[in-house]
Parts: sequence; C-alpha cells; structure tokens
Amino acid sequence: MSDQPVDYHPMWAELGLDLPTHDALLGAVGQLFGDAYLTQENRPQGMDYLNFVMSEVHGLRIKELDDYRKSGGKVFGTFCLYVPEEIIRAAAGWCVGLCAGAEFAYDQVEQIMPRNTCSLIKSFMGFKLAKVCPYIESADLVIGETTCDGKKKAYELLGDMHNVYVMELPQMKRDVDMAMWRDEIRDLMAKVEEVTGNTITAESLKASIKEVNDKRRALQRIAATRAADPAPISGKDALLATQVAFYDDVPRFTQMMNALADELEARVAAGEGVAPKGAKRILITGTPMALPNWKLHDIIEKAGAVVVGEEMCTGSRYYQDLVSEDASTLDEMVSDIAEKYLDINCACFTPNQGRLEDVVRMAKELGADGVIDYSLQFCGLYEMEANAVEKTVRDAGFPVLKITTDYSMEDVGQLATRIEAFLEML
Amino acid sequence: MRVLGLDIGSRSVDAVWLEDGRIVDWAVADSGFDPGSAAAVFVERNAHDAIVSTGYGRHGARERFGGTAVTEITAYGVGAARLFPHAFSVLDIGGQDTKVISLGPGGKVTDFEMNDKCAAGTGKFLEVMARALGFSLEEMAEQGIAASTGVSISSMCTVFAESEVTGLVHRGEDRARIARGLHESIAKRTLSSLKRVNARGPLVFAGGVAKNPAMVALISEGFEGDVLVPEEAQTVGALGAALSLGAAAHQ
Repeated sequence: MSDQPVDYHPMWAELGLDLPTHDALLGAVGQLFGDAYLTQENRPQGMDYLNFVMSEVHGLRIKELDDYRKSGGKVFGTFCLYVPEEIIRAAAGWCVGLCAGAEFAYDQVEQIMPRNTCSLIKSFMGFKLAKVCPYIESADLVIGETTCDGKKKAYELLGDMHNVYVMELPQMKRDVDMAMWRDEIRDLMAKVEEVTGNTITAESLKASIKEVNDKRRALQRIAATRAADPAPISGKDALLATQVAFYDDVPRFTQMMNALADELEARVAAGEGVAPKGAKRILITGTPMALPNWKLHDIIEKAGAVVVGEEMCTGSRYYQDLVSEDASTLDEMVSDIAEKYLDINCACFTPNQGRLEDVVRMAKELGADGVIDYSLQFCGLYEMEANAVEKTVRDAGFPVLKITTDYSMEDVGQLATRIEAFLEML
Repeated sequence: MRVLGLDIGSRSVDAVWLEDGRIVDWAVADSGFDPGSAAAVFVERNAHDAIVSTGYGRHGARERFGGTAVTEITAYGVGAARLFPHAFSVLDIGGQDTKVISLGPGGKVTDFEMNDKCAAGTGKFLEVMARALGFSLEEMAEQGIAASTGVSISSMCTVFAESEVTGLVHRGEDRARIARGLHESIAKRTLSSLKRVNARGPLVFAGGVAKNPAMVALISEGFEGDVLVPEEAQTVGALGAALSLGAAAHQ
C-alpha cells in the first residue's frame, strides 16, 4: 500500500466501465457508508480493515483481480451462496460476489424486465446495464443458479451480455435431489476446469475445502460473540463482515476476521460493548442483504437497539455449516460438498422447516428480545414464507415484526416508525 | 409539572398540555408546508416543564424544541387507554398512515400494524377521492351514508382508484353510490387489518378520519365489539405523548 492515492480510472476504462456514472456511484456509496458506518461509536479496531476494504472496494481489490487475470488466472462471479467456492478455488479460480444492493439504472432495467421484479435482481441487472460493476466486468464466467424464477429468467437476459453458466439447484431435499445436485457439482467441476485449464485433484480440493471452512470458522467466531450482552460489535459491522466475505481474498480475509474475533472475545471478557448493556436485541431473518444494503440495520441501530444476528444468506446461512474435512477421494469430497450446500435452508426449498428451526434456535442462543422478518418486495419465496416464520417465532415466545421493503429510501420514515414502535413494545 | 405533548402529523399538528396528569389546554393546527413553525407556535403558547413529541415529525421536533420522542403507536395506545380505560384496541386513520393497535393492561401495545409506504386507505385517499367526485369531505361522507348500496371499488392505490372513480363518473354511475363504495373499501381493508392483530373490543377509533361519520358507521357495523370515538379524536396522539413521560418516569 503506497501513500499516494492511485488513480484507478485507466483500469476501470479498460474494464469497460462508464466512468462518469461509476464515479457518481462511488460517491454515493461512500456517502452512504460514511452516514451508516463512520458515525458509529466505539467500534472494534478490527473494523479498520473492513473500512479499508470498503474504501478500495472498486480499487485495490479490482486491481488484484486484474493482476491475477493478466497472469493467466480466472475470476468467477456468483450471486448466490449455493455456488460452491471450494470447487472454483480447487481449480485456482477466484470467486467474487457481484454488485447489487442499491437502486441503480432501474429505468434501463425496466425496459427488459417487469417493474414488479425484486430489488436484488433489478439491482444486479442495473449495475450490468449501466456498466458500473467492475466485478462482473472482471468475471471470466458468471455462475448463476435456479434459486427463483426471477433469477432464472434474469440469467437468460444476462446471457446476452456476458458469459453465463447456470447450475440447477433442486427444490427439495430428497435422495433423488441429492443425486442430481452431486451431478450438478461434477458438471460445474468440468466447466471450471475447462475455463481455468486446470485439473481439480483430491489434493487441491481438500486444500480449498479447508481454506473455505477456515473462512466460515472465523465468521462463526464473530457470530458467537454477539450472544454477549452488551454486544461487542454492531449488527451493521457484523453484516459488513459477511458481505465482504463474498468479495475478498480468502486467506487474508480469514486472517483479518480471526483478528477481529480475538478482539471481540476480549471485549466480551471485559464486558465491553458497542451498545449499552440491556439495549434491545434484534434477530433479523429473511432475504439476503447485498452490499451496500444496510438500510434495515441502520434504522434499527439508530433507534438504539442492536442487531445480534442475521438468519440470512448474508449471515448464518453463509457460515453456519462446514464441509466435512475427512474425505480422501475426489468422489467423497464432492458428496460432502453437495451435502453441505443442500443443507442451507433457503426459502427456495419445499418444505423448509429447517429455516424455522434455525430462526428459533438463533433467537434463543443470541438472547434476542424480538425478531424482524425482512422480505424484499416481489420476492415471492420469502414473502410467502414470512407467514410461517411469524407464526413459529410467536409460538416460541418472541415478538415478531414483518417488514416488506426494497432498496429505495422512500419508506425509511415509515419503517423507522414501525421499528421504533416495535422496540418500544418489547 | 406541566408536560406538552406534540403530535406532528402529515395533515395536522396537535398539542395537549398536561398539568400533573390533567389536561389544561389543547390545540390543533394544519401542518401546512411548515409543520415545524406550527409546532413552534404551540411551544410558545403555554409554559411547560417538558416536551414529548410524536408523529412523523417527532425527531425534527425533538431536535428543535428538546425533550424526548415516542412513536405514534405507543402514544395512541397510552392516549386511548387514558380516555377509555377498558379499551383493548386502537384504530388510528390519519392523513397518510393507518395504524391498528392491540392493547394490553395500561395501554401497553401488544401488537400493531401500519400501512406500507403508500397512502392507500388513509385520510389523503379520501381527500383525493372527494376531489375526483366534486364533493367536500363532509359531503362525500353524507352521500356515502345516504346511499343504500355502494359501487365496488377494486383499487386501493390512491392513483389507480382515482382513475377508477373518474371512469365510473364518466359511465354515469351515481356519485353517492361511488362515495359509499370508497368508504366501504377502506373499511374492509381496515377491518381485515384489525383481525390480523387480533383486535378485541372496545376499539378506540382515533385520528382525523374518525371525524368522518361514514367511516365510523361502517367500522362500527363490521367490528365485533364496541367502537368508541373520542371527542377530540385528533389529539389522542398528543395526549398519549404527554402521558408517556409520566409512564416512563414511573418505571
């Protein structure tokens, strides 16, 4: 890291970004980050690393991807945690999440897809159409998945503009589905080998399983400290850690998150927290919050409560399960990977009882005072499942607030009223 | 101790002054384009020892005048329970919000629901529809009561419903029947919202729209339990805000 600010514009131009629009986007995200994050008090020092990552999110990290590609490496873009990072890394591919999480270029998006599409899909398409996502432009291949109808069709549209490969994720978890999913993973292996020119071996896959598990273990350590009262880290900061996990260099991120976890464990031992002891504790469950979507956490924490957990893809679903490290053959490893990923409890499965159990277990373990169910508008799966979540959580004795929203800021005032009233009620 | 409760809503600014828990004065003004100034007039009107603000302008008022802020949900719960100690639920239809609240002992909120970001089924909705029909709000309510049956209005979106009403008027539909249909559509939506929070009677119907006799009649007809309308329906929030300070102090 040199002290001179680096001008990344030539690199962005080379990637084909629309520079004026991209500058405007970076300005807006910077301001959003400043308002939501840098106004927080008493943050752990370990967050300095994530602040730095955010300040370089389209800079240094993209430069790393660029350098890697220029040395012959391949980058894979993904939108969903069902795409196994272990497979990609075992062929020396790098895996990055793609831009979404903010309302961008919806006017262009709505020319090719219906208005009543969820924010996540509209947003990623907006970033692509407006040419402002350096991650997708750095991706040699985008790996999609069939987790919902909207995404399935969106990948067809994206396929007109980018290299796209789609994995078929089953919708049930029977033996026959598991067999199909194992085949899908084998097909992905072949595809990744073809793109990278590298062969996946038992050794390379064993190493990548360990590496990605270590990343999850670091996040599990951070998550565990949040059960303490006072909570040692804000929900916003913990959310950011999970969001960055999708983008960052794996060994470096793991090391920095373990350092953060060390600090948080020390804070817990010393009884230090970000919010006063006794602050209202909220568990959030629902649709993923792609970077830079910090809207709900920001409202909750500015109202004086603290978010202690996220039962979502940018939360526990990302790190709570590990792939077994006992296998020695490639076949066994593929089975272990298939099993771990099919264990994730997304609303795209039926039935999805596991998610309900997860929510209640987390609410108890984390000492939540209340649960907020968060659905993106037009995300049929999570909106539908909200009813079962509400009933189950209530029956378990926790107050619950159901929220349906999107990435726009127009309902922030009303959401604040509902959330503050919910907190006053607890 | 004298406490000023301020409710800064989208359509009106309401104030209640409590002296040791007793109402000594109250006032209501239009929010206009500068609700802060309307509130400032009230702040100057009587001496007070503390201010509690509620309504969508609560945080701005707290910054400007000091004191504390509480949400309208909590304020309406406390205010309604003071006026009607046996109430078990509250319905507040204001300028751009509808709230339904289930109450426990002492006006403590046990569950609530608020409309999403649009003004469907609120006072604003009625204003827009009255204009589309060429009625004043009072006339629209009178006509609505007078008509024996209503035209079914399928849109709850203010913009779509306005087009629907315009279409009905052009087809020569009776304006009184349209007026009734509009009130019925809000009542139906509100009643299902009350069901979702398991609201039990007696229900306190507050907020600006509680002054609309057609809405009161339809809600009373559809709700299983007594419906009580406070004399000064608009000041329930301000009263609750002022009272909430005492409640907090007693904790």
